[in-house]
Amino acid sequence: MEIRTAEAPIADNAEGDALKKLKRGFDVRLYGEAEKVISQVQVNTFAVQPPNFAGISPMPKLEVQEGQHVKAGDALFFDKRNPDLIHVAPISGEVIVINRGERRAIQEVVILADKEVQYRSYDQVPNVESSSREALVAFLLESGAWPLIRQRPYNVLADQNEVPRDIFISTFDTAPLAPDLNLVVEGKAAVFQRGLDVLGRLTSGKVYLGIDGRGVLAPSTVFTQAKGVEKVRFKGKHPAGNVGVQIHHIRPIRSKEKVWTLGVQDVLTVGTLFLEGKYDASRVVALTGAALDKPGYVKTYLGANIGDLLKRHTLDGNARIISGDVLSGKAKLPAQFLDCYDDQITVIPEGDDYELFGWLLPSSARPSTSKTFFSSIFSNIWVYNVNTNTHGEKRAFVMTGQYEDVLPMDIFPQHLLKAIITNDIEKIEGLGIHEVVEEDLALCEFACTSKQPLQKILREGMEMMIKEGL
Amino acid sequence: MKQTLLKFLKRIEPDKEKAPLLHTAYDAFFTFAFAPNTVTKEGVHIRDGMDLKRTMVMVVLAMQLCYIWGTLNIGHQHFAALGKYQQHLLEGFHLKLFYGLVQILPIWIVAHVVGLGVEFYFAARKKHAVEEGYLVTGALIPLIMPPDIPLWILAFSIVFAVIIGKEAFGGTGMNVVNIALLARVFVFFAYPGTISGDEVWVSGLTKAAPGGVAEYGWIHLNVLNPLFENFGWATFQAGQAVVDGYSGATPMALAAKGGWEAVTQHYTPGQMFWGLIPGSIGETSKPFIIVGALMLIAMGIASWRIMVSMVLGMVAMALVFNWWGFNAYMEIPWYYHFSMGSFLFAMAFMATDPVTAASTNRGKWIYGFLIGMIGLIIRVLNPAYPEGWMLAILLLNVFAPLIDHFVLQSNINKRMKHVQ
Repeated sequence: MEIRTAEAPIADNAEGDALKKLKRGFDVRLYGEAEKVISQVQVNTFAVQPPNFAGISPMPKLEVQEGQHVKAGDALFFDKRNPDLIHVAPISGEVIVINRGERRAIQEVVILADKEVQYRSYDQVPNVESSSREALVAFLLESGAWPLIRQRPYNVLADQNEVPRDIFISTFDTAPLAPDLNLVVEGKAAVFQRGLDVLGRLTSGKVYLGIDGRGVLAPSTVFTQAKGVEKVRFKGKHPAGNVGVQIHHIRPIRSKEKVWTLGVQDVLTVGTLFLEGKYDASRVVALTGAALDKPGYVKTYLGANIGDLLKRHTLDGNARIISGDVLSGKAKLPAQFLDCYDDQITVIPEGDDYELFGWLLPSSARPSTSKTFFSSIFSNIWVYNVNTNTHGEKRAFVMTGQYEDVLPMDIFPQHLLKAIITNDIEKIEGLGIHEVVEEDLALCEFACTSKQPLQKILREGMEMMIKEGL
Repeated sequence: MKQTLLKFLKRIEPDKEKAPLLHTAYDAFFTFAFAPNTVTKEGVHIRDGMDLKRTMVMVVLAMQLCYIWGTLNIGHQHFAALGKYQQHLLEGFHLKLFYGLVQILPIWIVAHVVGLGVEFYFAARKKHAVEEGYLVTGALIPLIMPPDIPLWILAFSIVFAVIIGKEAFGGTGMNVVNIALLARVFVFFAYPGTISGDEVWVSGLTKAAPGGVAEYGWIHLNVLNPLFENFGWATFQAGQAVVDGYSGATPMALAAKGGWEAVTQHYTPGQMFWGLIPGSIGETSKPFIIVGALMLIAMGIASWRIMVSMVLGMVAMALVFNWWGFNAYMEIPWYYHFSMGSFLFAMAFMATDPVTAASTNRGKWIYGFLIGMIGLIIRVLNPAYPEGWMLAILLLNVFAPLIDHFVLQSNINKRMKHVQ
């Protein structure tokens, strides 16, 4: 593990970047951290999954048929309500199957990859500095990179008719076993910078980079020396690396305001698009979790097949595969695919076992925000093995202040959720639903003594707000 | 071993449809023995090791020292009235312990059987699992009752509190006022004749004043006495007279009549602090309550904000009274208010109930401070009943949502200000 050398963070200070110290939060420390080596793995199938994109109509219009060959960047389907917003193939290959779910809604467009990726070529790549904003937007839409940009409030696909107040990018991830993004951008300073330049043209405000200020790992110079952006360093436990938390501390989203967010690798895709004129959806994905033999990083493309990604590992039949991290990821089967915005797979054992007096005398140490466990004394050094057991049953809301203790935002999560449950729209808005998305409340959900489904309640609230046009 | 036990327990599981009440009870005990095998389905994939059972049992654990002290003190007060074993708590230990147990166990059993019975019934009716909130309520109720409480009154008060206070509002987590305190206040208002005065605080006497004699039950005389004789120990002796000059009055009652002077005629400050005084079963031992309070704070279960602000509120009000000095009660130095009556117990275990307290951190400061102030006002100025925490907490329970409303509104206003 790379330990911080004293120079790097001090160098940041010299640059005068603001440092925000967040006191509240909680690091869930788990076994199964990825070893910092990127290896190659052969993935045969990839998929674009319409359900990944919040707000898209469930029946997007297909532009390809089964058996058709596509290049990376060729359109696969578009949203009927917003025909300009096309979704493209991440790699070249043959569309082998289009999987449908309930009511024939499209779940996956699966592509069998070519050995060598062929990229779609563009007539003209607009010049970042001299082209109009409209031309840049049009090119991003046409190239299919647009869905990589997400809009807050509510984490929906960015609206091309909006000019966002600001654009935010978090360059570090504090979620359990999260990938080290320094590794991802190694040697890609020019590409990343180009991506930032493009984004700078899209907003009327600023592009903000949230930089790791925790002082354990030195943030990559790709981030610290980026130009034309505002850099703000954050020091704190999870969820300090969540872009939502960072937005809250940099410049909170007020009602009616829109901001956009991207992941670091999404910026790289945008950068490559303008620098090299190709839609390069390659992704470095961290394979993590105690149920894997040898956690590490692999280089692949958006929407890679999970079974293929994990084929070097012997998987216990009773393990849960998660696209994303253990707090906000989605459970997947080996036959399924990595979700669009995820750069991590976590595999942990299931916990479908009875435990004698497990609630009182746990048979193994488990992570907890509660100080009633012996291991909580060492919560900063102890690393845990976890499983998916709920460790208790769902109960009514009883405890108070628990969520606030792990959420470094000036927000009352419990009251917000209760307002959602009672459909009190005015209060939902007033208490700041537009400032949070599911991943921001994921840690609160983990800590919840009453085992309430906070992310689900929040999602319902957000859908209600979207429906109300707020 | 575990698998065999599990298999056996699964085999005797009652049918959910045919016997819902039985199934609910079975489920409550089964999940007590075995943490269920349920796994996360949506949202987070891992859950904190903490659940409501553990939370509630930790609170119950924090009260155990009060239980031990309370049991012995029931015996101690009984014998003190007779002028025996007065030197210290451990003198005549076996008599005090067994006297206390015979007195407290029925109260504990009634509190749990009646309360859990109501809980199980409603859980079965609503077809959901039994919530653990009553574990704490059931443990608190014996501690806040006088040792001589008639059991039928106790049973009535619990049925009233659980049904009207909790189930009518939608069950655990939805109640407006503290259930244990509601039971206590029911006793207080519904049976003033039985429960007021000095009689109830010391048990086992025909009258808690000179002229009274000790009376014992069948168990004392026919089970415990022969047992003690076997070992050659002292035995219970019915008919012993209460000593001259004895008063069963609590420090609070004395203070209401004659201020600090009247209190110190009967009790030393040390006795009051350590808890060798008559009073509700669990409220007397201040060191043990403080230990419980510190446990709750260290475990992060009870809100330290409420406890600290309640102390501040009480001290502030006491200083105002000291300065005012209208009557003898007001002149009692502020620091003695900690050792008389049930301030600390109310602070540690009653005001901190998360369901009925303010739910925002800033609200908790206001809530605790107001309880401290109002409680002391009632304690000092109410001529009918010289103690205030029960009423102050219930009052603030009702106002807690309003306090939260203002705190939330300021958060909302801050957000909305930027919109205009």
